[in-house]
Amino acid sequence: MTDPIARADQLRASLPAGFRDQVVESLYEEAHRIAGRSVKTGENRRIDFDQRIDRLVTSPIFGLPLMLVLITGVFWLTIIGSNYPSQMLATSFFWLEDKLVAWSAAAGAPAWLTGFVWNGVYRGLAWVVAVMLPPMAIFFPMFTILEDLGYLPRVGYNMDWLFRKAGAHGKQSLTMAMGFGCNAAGVISTRIIDSPRERLIAILTNNFVPCNGRFPTLIMLATIFVAAQFPPAVASVAAAGSVVGVVLLGVLFTLVVSAVLSRTVLRGEASAFTLELPPYRRPSILRILYTSLIDRTIFVLGRAMLTAAPAGAVIWILGNIDWQGASLARHAANFLQPLGHAIGLDGVILLAYVIAIPANEIVVPTMLMVYLGTGMMSDVTGYDDIRRILVEENGWSLLTAVNLMLFSLLHNPCATTILTMWRETRSTRWTFIGALMPLAIAFAVTFTVATVVRLLL
Amino acid sequence: MTHNCDTCPAHAHLAQMGIRLGEGSRLVALAGNPNTGKSSVFNALTGLKQHVGNWPGKTVTRAEGGFAFQGQHYKLVDLPGTYSLLSASQDEEISRNFLLFGRPDCTIVVTDATALERNLNLVLQVLEITAKVVVCVNLMDEARRKGIEVDLRSLSRDLGVPAVPTVARTKEGLHDLVRTVAEVIDGTIATKPLRPGHPPDVEAAVGEVATLIEQRVPGIPNARWMAYRLLDGDSRIRQALESGELADLVAAQGTPAERRATLVSLQGRQ
Repeated sequence: MTDPIARADQLRASLPAGFRDQVVESLYEEAHRIAGRSVKTGENRRIDFDQRIDRLVTSPIFGLPLMLVLITGVFWLTIIGSNYPSQMLATSFFWLEDKLVAWSAAAGAPAWLTGFVWNGVYRGLAWVVAVMLPPMAIFFPMFTILEDLGYLPRVGYNMDWLFRKAGAHGKQSLTMAMGFGCNAAGVISTRIIDSPRERLIAILTNNFVPCNGRFPTLIMLATIFVAAQFPPAVASVAAAGSVVGVVLLGVLFTLVVSAVLSRTVLRGEASAFTLELPPYRRPSILRILYTSLIDRTIFVLGRAMLTAAPAGAVIWILGNIDWQGASLARHAANFLQPLGHAIGLDGVILLAYVIAIPANEIVVPTMLMVYLGTGMMSDVTGYDDIRRILVEENGWSLLTAVNLMLFSLLHNPCATTILTMWRETRSTRWTFIGALMPLAIAFAVTFTVATVVRLLL
Repeated sequence: MTHNCDTCPAHAHLAQMGIRLGEGSRLVALAGNPNTGKSSVFNALTGLKQHVGNWPGKTVTRAEGGFAFQGQHYKLVDLPGTYSLLSASQDEEISRNFLLFGRPDCTIVVTDATALERNLNLVLQVLEITAKVVVCVNLMDEARRKGIEVDLRSLSRDLGVPAVPTVARTKEGLHDLVRTVAEVIDGTIATKPLRPGHPPDVEAAVGEVATLIEQRVPGIPNARWMAYRLLDGDSRIRQALESGELADLVAAQGTPAERRATLVSLQGRQ
């Protein structure tokens, strides 16, 4: 019996070249012919208007710059808008902490209990809310407006050629955009990519876009350190610019790592896909408020608080149990110090990252609590105070800030994301790679930067 | 034109059935591009009681529901939204396999009235696989708002299958849609799907390979379509033929009664 496959291969060779394209072409022609006969399009300004916007937004020349301007604007508004509310929140929370401590002492509670509950758990929560709530309450509504307008698919369209060059799927830019919200959500969203190879690439590299758990860290560092290097008039723009720079660096790492993966362990061609650009819609205010404030802000904040409470307790215990003349937190920080110093950070920062594995959101609060808990106790009410503590009391330099931004961008994903990776791939091996590869890259990059800077200075 | 559903004589017969499926219910597949309101059609027809799971072995969601019309039970299977049946994406493969081997009694292709040309590509590809098709031209309200007019008669005539205008969100036209589906299954409406011919040399090649495929996998439906895809270099069809997967799928389809039993057992495995 003749094999139909072999015979088909033979026959294909005898058919005219371009027969396959002809097939698709005739299909499109037929659809065009039928639609031409049965569809009458009246004069319509709205469609023309949409098309004109699309021509600009997805233009090969203006598309990408416009995108950069948009995200810079979003970050800039977030930065200038969140400083003052953060200060106010911190002032009131810590005023309340003092009162609460005084009250529970007056009520006869033992000192360890007062310390554990109010200086530990409560302070952890207060830090998280004060540092995170204002930037999120500003950033999320703006991001959701862009999403609701239908801008994200256009971003996908603009970035497609870059991903194709990296041997990855164009839709990866959409999963990347989801990652800005939450890397775990970004990993789940890779389901829109059909090819298992390209999907795995998207999962492994999603971590290189900073999620909103990490944005507050980046924004705070940019505000405190980068902005301080510039005259006040342009300080906030410079801070926004540096956050955009970090994001672009993240995209660069995404592309480079994707390219390396698709040329080594995950070899293959990028597959074609259809991307529909939906019509622009007028964003619905109520839905935007609901999505950005309830679904995103409250969700992220809630998750941060859930991990911050036990983290605050752990830090308090570590900071208040002395062993051989120093607190446990000091011992741990001292142990991590050589490694931290080598990559331009310090032991406390690394300790904060270890404690913050469940959720990246609490890195800065954890760090501050370790610094404060082990050093002198002082009231911290705003970015100026944070700056004073970090720079004057703990010897931070611009290198520390820059490397912390890099480390924050590149390091291992949080526990939730790692768990999601496992759920989506069902592979221990790829989950390990997904968790450890970014960590290795983070160490390599920060070590290189620290070494180069130290050699030059 | 106004519709008063309560006085409409057949209305009493259309009832959402959820997942309560009786014996001998008819199988209807729901295909369509993404963003055409396919889910709205599905929800409006089946109500809130649906069976939602995954397609066997896939991460793609599969929704099923039922409805009754004029005393007849219908089971509606929501296929993944796809732009074509040609490339090898998971979604397209699922839709394609279901149309080929699930052998629905009728397939509804939901289209977007405001972007009909693009949507027709999928319609034409579905017509190549099955003749029992009803085209649902949805989002008619948006089309009207945008000043787009669709001549449904001309569309039906060109495609050779009925086309029904609907606004799934407000349930406008859904009754006509269901009645048309019933009539296509009954044979009251005869369909003559548009299948553009190929140049003679391609036709000859398709015929020859189709015969070989039928010899290899006896009882295979749509051998011509498979032959055509094989000539086109479709790697999935090739693989399915090589690995015997195709033979398994054909064996699994069996008689209509067995076919439904298989579908149910597939559900059970999810």
